Amino acid sequence: MRTSRIVPFLFLAPALAILVLGLLVPLYNAVLLSFYDWNFGQPWSAARFLGRANFERLFSDPTVWNSLRTTFVFGFWVVALEMLLGVGLALLLEKAVRGATFFRTIFVMPLMIAPVVVGLVWRYLLDARNGIVNYYLTQIGQAVPFLENLGFKSHAWLGDPSLALVSIIVSDVWQWTPFVFMIVLAGLQGLPGDVMEAAYIDGANWWRMTWHVKLPMLRNILLIALLMRVIDVFRALEVIYVMTGGGPGSATRVLSLTLFQTAFTSRDLGYASTIALLLSVILVVFSLALLLISNPLKDRSDF
Amino acid sequence: MATAQNRAAYARHRRRLPWGDISRYASLVVLALIALAPVFVMFATSLKELVEIQSRVPRWLFMPTLTNYETIITQYRFIPYLISSAVIGLGSTAITLLTAGMAAFALARMRFPGRGLIAQTTLIIRMIPPAVLAVTVIGFWIAWGIGDLVPGISFTLPSGLGRGLFLDGSQLGLMLFYTALNLPFSIWLLFGFIRQIPVELEEAAIVDGANLFQVLFRVIFPLMGAGFAVSAIFTFRIAWNEFILALMLTNRFTKTLPVFAAEFIRDDGVQWGQMMAVGTLIVIPPMLLTFFAAKQIIQGVAAGAVKG
Repeated sequence: MRTSRIVPFLFLAPALAILVLGLLVPLYNAVLLSFYDWNFGQPWSAARFLGRANFERLFSDPTVWNSLRTTFVFGFWVVALEMLLGVGLALLLEKAVRGATFFRTIFVMPLMIAPVVVGLVWRYLLDARNGIVNYYLTQIGQAVPFLENLGFKSHAWLGDPSLALVSIIVSDVWQWTPFVFMIVLAGLQGLPGDVMEAAYIDGANWWRMTWHVKLPMLRNILLIALLMRVIDVFRALEVIYVMTGGGPGSATRVLSLTLFQTAFTSRDLGYASTIALLLSVILVVFSLALLLISNPLKDRSDF
Repeated sequence: MATAQNRAAYARHRRRLPWGDISRYASLVVLALIALAPVFVMFATSLKELVEIQSRVPRWLFMPTLTNYETIITQYRFIPYLISSAVIGLGSTAITLLTAGMAAFALARMRFPGRGLIAQTTLIIRMIPPAVLAVTVIGFWIAWGIGDLVPGISFTLPSGLGRGLFLDGSQLGLMLFYTALNLPFSIWLLFGFIRQIPVELEEAAIVDGANLFQVLFRVIFPLMGAGFAVSAIFTFRIAWNEFILALMLTNRFTKTLPVFAAEFIRDDGVQWGQMMAVGTLIVIPPMLLTFFAAKQIIQGVAAGAVKG
């Protein structure tokens, strides 16, 4: 459509204004504040220019690097389990059955629930004293003594450092496996039928079809699901904040929680902005990778 | 014919492998139970008396009571927070749809310098987490006095604007951030929908003397129901569920429900019954959306991954 130069920007202006105010200004603030010493609640006139001191502190700060390591451990297990379970279930349940819509509706539900509610509910389920999980584990352990030695007894789920990490992993896997499942299912159902047919006629069994035909054809979709989960792992904060608050000690303190606590517990907005910058850089790198694999605007036009 | 036989064999194979229908249904039922159990426990707990909640043995059969719901409504500010949540959720959804629709129209139908740059930048910054936004703006908000203040009595530009709309500066701020967080996804989702509409319709309207705004609002928007539905569900979900920005930016008058729910964790223990009541009420709107629009949600999830 041929229009004057200004017209497109008339239509874009409201969205751009909101994006600039809501995303770019905060990013600009992060860059600006990372050079300052400024505490929460102080007027801006009290801010002190520090130069690169915040960055030097960032690179030698064990809190930040430990929380980055915790993020990696948490992220590794979460993404590995969700991908394995999600892809496995999609392969097993690929064939349409009667009532598929009903089941799909149920599987979507965890995705729609507020993360903070997910955290609160799992905190309740895993409560050491009154928690349902502990109750049934104990019951099973008492009924079958052999199992008791295998861990079927009461645990301080959120009070023990390694179990706390397991707990937040479990809640994340519960909420996000359906996401991987549905993306992969959509991909499987979009595979060309004649290719599957040809593979079968060539004598491929179920395993060969899966390994040598279906999964390779889904490579991009699998990569996209993986990257989206990785990005979300770095963004995750709410569930961990309400389940463990990063504890016990710093066992579940992921990078975004360190960011949050530096700003609101230590009230150090300058340094918190430096951490925010680190987190943003990590996320922009992953977003770029995602964009390279699947640009929603590509092959539509000449973007 | 060999092909016909092969085809029939393949069809039989599709029906037979890898599992029987019974085991398929059994696993579906187990998975459904796993997906629903935590939500069900939350709902059941919200209907229990304190004594019942504190007993060590969880009982599945008990006399339900609405005490917890009564408490959160009469002794706490549940209703104002519900209104705050609804205003912020619906407001940011409406603004997102309108502005994303206009932007998508410009990107899909017009050529202009900077078009590619705008589209790509939008997609790259869409993953910025709420925590980063909260940390980098809160200092200025407090410094400018847009923080914990009585609504209606106040301050600089954003809140002055807000007062006219009976909104607080913090609510306007949250709407701004939720809209910004949702715009990139909505813009390119709607972009895809506009691309599917034949240009001839718009050309015809222009020949009939319509201007571009009329084309957008009278011709294109009415055809985009499905796109708006997907985009609205995802925007509302984020705005209704978000916790961190709301925790930092709202004051005691403008809290949203997720912030309210988390407040039942106190130093002297957790008020599980009341918390689960708030949690249940938070979950209801997204659950209803799921029931009525599961297809659109799956479409949106898939669109986020598979090119839509």
